[in-house]
Amino acid sequence: MSAIVAENLTRTFDDFTAVDHVSFTVEEGELFGLLGPNGAGKTTTVNLLATLLKPTAGRAMVAGHDVVGERDAVRRAIGIVFQEPALDGKLTGRENLHFHGLMYGFKGADLRRRADEVLDLVGLNDWAEKRAETYSGGMKRRLEIARGLMHRPRVMYLDEPTLGLDTQTRRGIWDYIRELKKTGGTTFILTTHYMEEADILCDRILIMDRGRVAALDTPARLKDVLGGDVVILDVDGRPEALAEAAKKHEWVRAASVGGSALSLTVEKGETRIPELFTIARELGISITSVSLRKPSLEDVFLHFTGTTLRDAEASAGDRLKAAMMSHYGRRR
Amino acid sequence: MRGISPLCVYVLWLREMKKFFRTKSRLFGSLSMPFFFLAFLGLGLRRAAVPNLPSGVSYINFLVPGILGMNMLFVSMMAGLSVLWDREFGFLKEIMVAPVSRLSIVLGRTAGGIATALFQGAMILIVSLVFGFRVGSVAGVALAFGVMILIASTFIGIGLAFASRMRDIQGFSLIWNFVIFPVFFLSGALYPVDNLPRALRTVALADPLTYGVDALRWAFLGTAAFPFGLDLAVLFCVSAAMMILGAVFFETSEGV
Repeated sequence: MSAIVAENLTRTFDDFTAVDHVSFTVEEGELFGLLGPNGAGKTTTVNLLATLLKPTAGRAMVAGHDVVGERDAVRRAIGIVFQEPALDGKLTGRENLHFHGLMYGFKGADLRRRADEVLDLVGLNDWAEKRAETYSGGMKRRLEIARGLMHRPRVMYLDEPTLGLDTQTRRGIWDYIRELKKTGGTTFILTTHYMEEADILCDRILIMDRGRVAALDTPARLKDVLGGDVVILDVDGRPEALAEAAKKHEWVRAASVGGSALSLTVEKGETRIPELFTIARELGISITSVSLRKPSLEDVFLHFTGTTLRDAEASAGDRLKAAMMSHYGRRR
Repeated sequence: MRGISPLCVYVLWLREMKKFFRTKSRLFGSLSMPFFFLAFLGLGLRRAAVPNLPSGVSYINFLVPGILGMNMLFVSMMAGLSVLWDREFGFLKEIMVAPVSRLSIVLGRTAGGIATALFQGAMILIVSLVFGFRVGSVAGVALAFGVMILIASTFIGIGLAFASRMRDIQGFSLIWNFVIFPVFFLSGALYPVDNLPRALRTVALADPLTYGVDALRWAFLGTAAFPFGLDLAVLFCVSAAMMILGAVFFETSEGV
């Protein structure tokens, strides 16, 4: 049985469509990534799959249960680490875990054992009796991951689990997630707008853009789609002319110009650079610098959405904010 | 989904207790208002001839049940506000995503709200003894606490219903000004409802707190404007209705 089946999942806020006919299937045990800029609809998708929001149209099954008709069964099957911290700062780490456990129906020795187990797992034993408000950002995240695992969910949502954390802490969280995955059994849905994170952790990635599915595949195959490496040439004058000339060769898959830089998608880039120099010399164009890059998900994103992640972020974030404001503003 | 989870009710109550006693500022803040009312009204109007007081009842004895009613109203509405704080701090999602019925959540929050309100009520009662309040009998005090539970459930239900539909804390201050204060001043907590002009008196009769305060007076003083049975009947019905309203609003609200 698939862990998650979403069929044309749609959610609108007034006239703004946050999630637009999204369909995908996640297999059991998979670490599945939702990648996209802020405002692409990732969190809304997670909230729909977590029963916190109701779909406007379409349907979704989580662990075999319908997210609308069988909300309670879905709730029992899932664990979540929310994008923003959702801890009670006035309670200690252990009390936060006990709160969670009691809400899920555990008590007595079983409750205490589960809390101890997950505290161990995330290495917070020494901090268990301190109030959560005194924790660092990374410790809060770890406590939340521990909490999400306490009832041994079949599906675990990690909504931007490393947002706002420094690089070192982020790598620590990645290690935890990889360790958890090894223990098996749990399916992970990870949302992120960090390419690197998706690339390193995920078995498959769904690229979301403006509420829609832009692409869905393994990181390796998504990168294959680009058909080669990226060669970036900084030139002294007339990059357009060089782009035109280069495009005549069948091994150049794509060429684009930005300022004095020319970006080419080339099969086996390292073997073609000498040829590119020859072409430039024939045109009387001098190349001032060369860089070769194996394709990244950033390039994949650009390929599928026609915009860079950062630009998409700027516009989508504003769009979503405006829509949410007007939606909730009207309710007041 | 249906049904009540006792563990959920318990843990929400427990959390409220822990937070209440760990946040000293909140404790002092919410006790200060009833204390000032007691002190300034009780002392200031000590010798004033307030019309229509029950015969043989001093103003302080008349006032204390009213202040206790006010306390139940204010603290109960705070239970609604605490939902909004939880939303603000993200913790509401942790509660809403749990596999428990929304009714359990409403009952748990109500239990927490009632417990804090009763604790504060007891504090006010003790302070009022210093101001010269005379308690008739132990049975009367016990009865008064029963009435206080009914008042609290009524306004916690209303507060939760409002909170389930609101997104920010600023909006709640509107409710404070346009719902809570009129409910308080019309309830006869500070002066007999009979002193109001006819039109306002009619409005006061639609105010659940009027019956709450009246029942508290009956419990403490043995004399009141309405029959005790009527007070209780109204409080029972309204509190049950408001609890259901709160639960329904919570059930149909979205968690984020």
